[in-house]
Amino acid sequence: MITYVFDGSLEGLLCAIFEWFERRPGEVRLKTRQRHQPDAFSASFEVQNDTKKADRVWKGLQKKLDKSWMRRLYCCYLSEQPEAHTAFFEFACYLFSSSEAVEKNYGNEHVLFVAQMARKVEREKHRMEAFIRFQHTSDGMYYCGIDPDFNVLPLIMKHFKDRYADQQWIIYDIKRNYGLFYDLDKVEEISMDFNTQARQDKIPAHAGSEKESLYAQLWKDYFKSTNIPARKNTKLHIQHVPRRYWKYLTEKQDIL
Amino acid sequence: MSERIREKLNILADAAKYDVSCSSSGGTRKNDNKGVGNSHASGICHTYTEDGRCVSLLKILLTNHCIFDCAYCVSRKSNDIERAAFTVEEVVSLTMNFYRRNFIEGLFLSSGIFKNADFTMERLLRVVKKLRLEERFNGYIHLKTIPGASDELIKEAGLYADRMSINLEMPTESGLKLLAPDKSHEEVKRPLGFVQNQIVQFKEERKLIRSVPKFVPAGQSTQMVIGATPESDKDIMHTANEYYQNFSLKRVYYSGYIPISNDSRMPVLGTQPPLIRENRLYQTDWLMRFYGFHVNELLNDLNPNLDIDIDPKLSWALRNLQYFPLDINVASYRMILRVPGIGVGSAQRIVAARKFGKLRIDQIKKIGVAYNRAKHFIKCADSPYQLKEYQSTQIKSFIMAESQSKYVQAANQQMLLF
Repeated sequence: MITYVFDGSLEGLLCAIFEWFERRPGEVRLKTRQRHQPDAFSASFEVQNDTKKADRVWKGLQKKLDKSWMRRLYCCYLSEQPEAHTAFFEFACYLFSSSEAVEKNYGNEHVLFVAQMARKVEREKHRMEAFIRFQHTSDGMYYCGIDPDFNVLPLIMKHFKDRYADQQWIIYDIKRNYGLFYDLDKVEEISMDFNTQARQDKIPAHAGSEKESLYAQLWKDYFKSTNIPARKNTKLHIQHVPRRYWKYLTEKQDIL
Repeated sequence: MSERIREKLNILADAAKYDVSCSSSGGTRKNDNKGVGNSHASGICHTYTEDGRCVSLLKILLTNHCIFDCAYCVSRKSNDIERAAFTVEEVVSLTMNFYRRNFIEGLFLSSGIFKNADFTMERLLRVVKKLRLEERFNGYIHLKTIPGASDELIKEAGLYADRMSINLEMPTESGLKLLAPDKSHEEVKRPLGFVQNQIVQFKEERKLIRSVPKFVPAGQSTQMVIGATPESDKDIMHTANEYYQNFSLKRVYYSGYIPISNDSRMPVLGTQPPLIRENRLYQTDWLMRFYGFHVNELLNDLNPNLDIDIDPKLSWALRNLQYFPLDINVASYRMILRVPGIGVGSAQRIVAARKFGKLRIDQIKKIGVAYNRAKHFIKCADSPYQLKEYQSTQIKSFIMAESQSKYVQAANQQMLLF
């Protein structure tokens, strides 16, 4: 079995698909350059990025798939999981090799994997839309730092741009070290140099605007008074708000 | 200043929490005026309280002063509690500041009745108008329709709100008369019907003239209190069904009664709220709305109450074993949807996937079917041939044996005497 080594980008992944149809090497293993460990017994093939080839594959996919499936594939890629890369690759090969609309064949493991992975990514995206808590800084900026399981910033951009059209905001992915900055007109990608050891998901207390602590307090109060103690159900609570998200939530700051 | 607003928020959020409606879905408002807010079609739950209910809207009363004395309500006139009232500006600034920090999807505004219905409705209207017109707020607004308010006020409010609701409070007229002699279901039906007519009318006009504004785009909902009066599940669900049919409601909410007073007509203080029952009612509601069940199939004179130990879908299947086992490779989508352990998503995937070849057990499991439950009711391509036919009681005990109800705290099997 031959190993296809690509650079981990979407373009590289699409080129790998192109190369497979160019060469037809049969079954292949797909690895990113970072994860690839050469061994003596199997051959490997370096996939070179080529925008034209990638475009052709993407257009080919668009011809065969509707919008929702294109989005699923994109989500699957954004999950950054090695298995997801493989599933993406196998799914595309399966699709191009058959004349039917095989994306509906949920009995196929790769089709099912892409659909399920896309759902996980969409869930994470939705959670970010729900759990992001902006803090208002003294210079008028709304800031929030996050470290999502998957690379969902490209997916949540539109939601926040449409919603907060009249305020400047920054959403920063601490894990992947890049963020989005909205300047009242367009969203830009930024990267920052943090030189402190402090928590980067929250702003320091002195940097908040005059009313920031008041509204944080009011929100905590509201969270407390809207709870009905007689119905306490911790299991359900945790199911909806898993502990790993508590660090984002203003209303949970006293508990952490 | 900040201390007083904290106090008010605590009182008025606490008084509003018994209204369980939480949804922020169905809003279609787009941020096209460079303002703030953009409705998310499916709604977003921004957090969950420790009782597991979602928080998507800032749910508050404008005031908890009330001229009515309904036995089931904390804000009733005769109850000795702290009273407070927000000013219009306070509600607006709270909503905007919470929304800008991504705490909430919008506002749920209700109110106790002070002076009279029109006076109260007029205040509510002022809040939503200020939000929409001055603050250019495009988030979600759920507004209570005050029964008895004039048509003009309700109509104007409908132009700014996304959803409006009026609570039925008790599932039957007699139950309501017992606890709230001043109220009646007729009073609720009139404004529900009025808003419903307006929705239809505005929709028709919009088809012809694009610039006609939207009227209550997310529809209407209502709520019933469960367990305060002795209605059967059949009464409750038949009422719900009637309101779904007659008023095209988007949702009916069921709220398990939490004892708040020593009134002899109702469960005593300290009684556990009927959480399982509430859950079963919601399951029935879902079966009616998304699974193609008719209310009579689930609840009728022979079965006036839902089983507590098993869900209504399983209980229907056990009563109707003549339809099973179902061959999932040929059965219709409608029937597959009725199999316990198969949901809407799985049913759709099964129907799509079986065109590419007969489905086997391992594929069915991966697709997302709860196989241990469904296996008693389906046949796949490689299901072993089964000679023996089980009785419904046997199937029930198989399923009960391998699944632990989330409501059972510890094993509570009765011990044998000998």
